[in-house]
Amino acid sequence: MSEFVIELVDVVKRFATPEGNEVTAVDHVSLQIRHGEFFSLLGPSGCGKTTSLRMIAGFEWPTSGEVLIDGKPMGRTPPFWRPVNTVFQSYALFQHMTVFQNVAFGLEMDKTPASEIKHRVGEALEMVKLSGMERRKPRQLSGGQQQRVALARALVKRPKVLLLDEPLGALDLKLRREMQIELKTLQEQVGITFIYVTHDQEEALTMSDRITVMNRGKALQTGSPVEIYERPNCRFVADFIGQANFFAGKMLAFDDQGARVAIPALQTELIGQPVGNLEPGQAVAVSIRPEKVRIAQEPAFGSNSVRGRVIHTTYIGSNTHVLLELAGGVRINAWEQNKISTLDPKAYFLPGQEIWANLFPENVLILPED
Amino acid sequence: MKKSSTGGNTAPLPVALGAWIALLFLHVPVLIILLYAFTTEEATYSFPPPGLTLRWIGITMGRTDFWQALQLSLRVAGIATLAALVLGTLAAAAVARSRFFGKEAVSFLLLLPLALPGIVTGIALRSAISLGNIPFSFWTIVIGHATFCVVVVYNNVVARLRRFGNSQVEASMDLGANGWQTFRYVIFPNIASALLAGGMLAFALSFDEVIVTTFTAGQQSTLPIWIFSQLVRPRDRPVTNVVAIVVILITFIPIVIAHRLTQESNE
Ligand SMILES: Nc1ncnc2c1ncn2[C@@H]1O[C@H](COP(=O)(O)OP(=O)(O)OP(=O)(O)O)[C@@H](O)[C@H]1O
Ligand SMILES: [Mg+2]
Repeated sequence: MSEFVIELVDVVKRFATPEGNEVTAVDHVSLQIRHGEFFSLLGPSGCGKTTSLRMIAGFEWPTSGEVLIDGKPMGRTPPFWRPVNTVFQSYALFQHMTVFQNVAFGLEMDKTPASEIKHRVGEALEMVKLSGMERRKPRQLSGGQQQRVALARALVKRPKVLLLDEPLGALDLKLRREMQIELKTLQEQVGITFIYVTHDQEEALTMSDRITVMNRGKALQTGSPVEIYERPNCRFVADFIGQANFFAGKMLAFDDQGARVAIPALQTELIGQPVGNLEPGQAVAVSIRPEKVRIAQEPAFGSNSVRGRVIHTTYIGSNTHVLLELAGGVRINAWEQNKISTLDPKAYFLPGQEIWANLFPENVLILPED
Repeated sequence: MKKSSTGGNTAPLPVALGAWIALLFLHVPVLIILLYAFTTEEATYSFPPPGLTLRWIGITMGRTDFWQALQLSLRVAGIATLAALVLGTLAAAAVARSRFFGKEAVSFLLLLPLALPGIVTGIALRSAISLGNIPFSFWTIVIGHATFCVVVVYNNVVARLRRFGNSQVEASMDLGANGWQTFRYVIFPNIASALLAGGMLAFALSFDEVIVTTFTAGQQSTLPIWIFSQLVRPRDRPVTNVVAIVVILITFIPIVIAHRLTQESNE
């Protein structure tokens, strides 16, 4: 058994468009997905997530590179010979079949004995809480129920890997949250590898063991949710996952706390954590997340402290969002947690107030400019 | 099934009158055929018929040339329809499923025989058959009829496939069904009524086709050609009317069923 259940080795996929151009939907992507992992492909619309998934399922063949399942190169193996199953974004249920027939379909194709089919379909429907609906047609189900049928239909085959293409995209927010938890629980229960496509960063962060962030056909970064959020390796990832403030800067030198960068707009130098291979003199994007900006009356010891003024505050319950203007007119967002329950307006920052923004070096990331 | 439109919303008199005249104009000749299938006159028709009789039905049934023509027509229509079902479905699948260069042109070329006047198709086929040194026979008639039967089936099936989309086909393959199983269990149930409707329409078209047949037939007479020859040399004239009723029954029923089937699936 190979260490990785799915591997993409330098995969490229180009399409000829009807307009006569060529688009590179997937651009030299390499991925290694481990057994039993909940793995997400995250990126904006059109970045190549679906195309990557379809190449694993066998609906598309790579222009170059190789897809391996369980260590075996797939080449042009058709979908029906691959040990993976897909939950389609549109569900793609067989409209002329009942729920039972839909779920039984894959087992029938495998020539599973009828008694076992009955048993396994029952089990699968129970797992997705659809027992008793066996005889309904898809059009007699709600969106959430159809989604569950699609899930049961794929899971009943006990595939090595389940591919899910934005399976919750069509559901309302509340149902989406519920299904996220259910899906994650289910995945832990059955122990099948999930490859989960989404453009919702929150969904990816809450559900995944590991995430690959994609943009314009390229896999930018792969890592755990914490790694992706706390140590994004480029400006795009920092920007796409959560929120971030950016300053344009120039690398000066490495030191024992990290590296020093010049920020012309702030007319100062900042110390931060360099990510990736940076060289002195290189143009960089310096980023800090809003919840990591500390606002205070005094500069803090050991911090990059920048003088600033409160422009605007928004109270949102758990946090107060504060818009600051720093030296040189640079504006940044800071989120202050409301840790003390009080009605005293002085406990919150007021527009016009002069403050210090403390940007601790461990919170400041120095990223290659893309 | 459908509720009548809102009550009291009747058409103004001139419009209603016009509609009735049009209907009469279309259907009175058919009624005349019905009527004169039962007249007691043998060669000339007068109105009203001097008397009514069922004797012509018996006489028709006794004529072997009628039976031969009917049998030929049924066989031609049957085989042409079968060929059309297979070829039309394949063509529709190719056009609907794939994205190949010149797809629109292929689609247009497939529909062309229906738009071409039958006389052009007939001449073209006759030249082609002669050039190929193929003797005019039963099979040349079938080939002639298949040209427009394929189009009818193709047209029905391609419309259905377009609406059906590709996602269920992909789901089927994903779940382990190979190409044939996917066709059998997923595509076929969804195009079956379109196939039936297209097939019936093709059958009806073939059954009463005259123009292309005159160009592609040898010595054989299909039923419509037989009727035509009877009109030229009248013998027991009402017999042709009885046969016409047979033709009406055989072509009308499939067309009604086909119409129903397409209506149902459009809802
Ligand atoms: N069959 C195709 N022919 C031509 N171009 C295609 C085809 N399929 C995808 N593309 C192009 O490839 C790119 C990636 O598409 P893909 O469907 O993988 O994006 P995605 O990340 O799934 O986006 P979304 O979140 O909107 O679903 C897009 O620019 C798209 O237009
Ligand atoms: Mg997609």
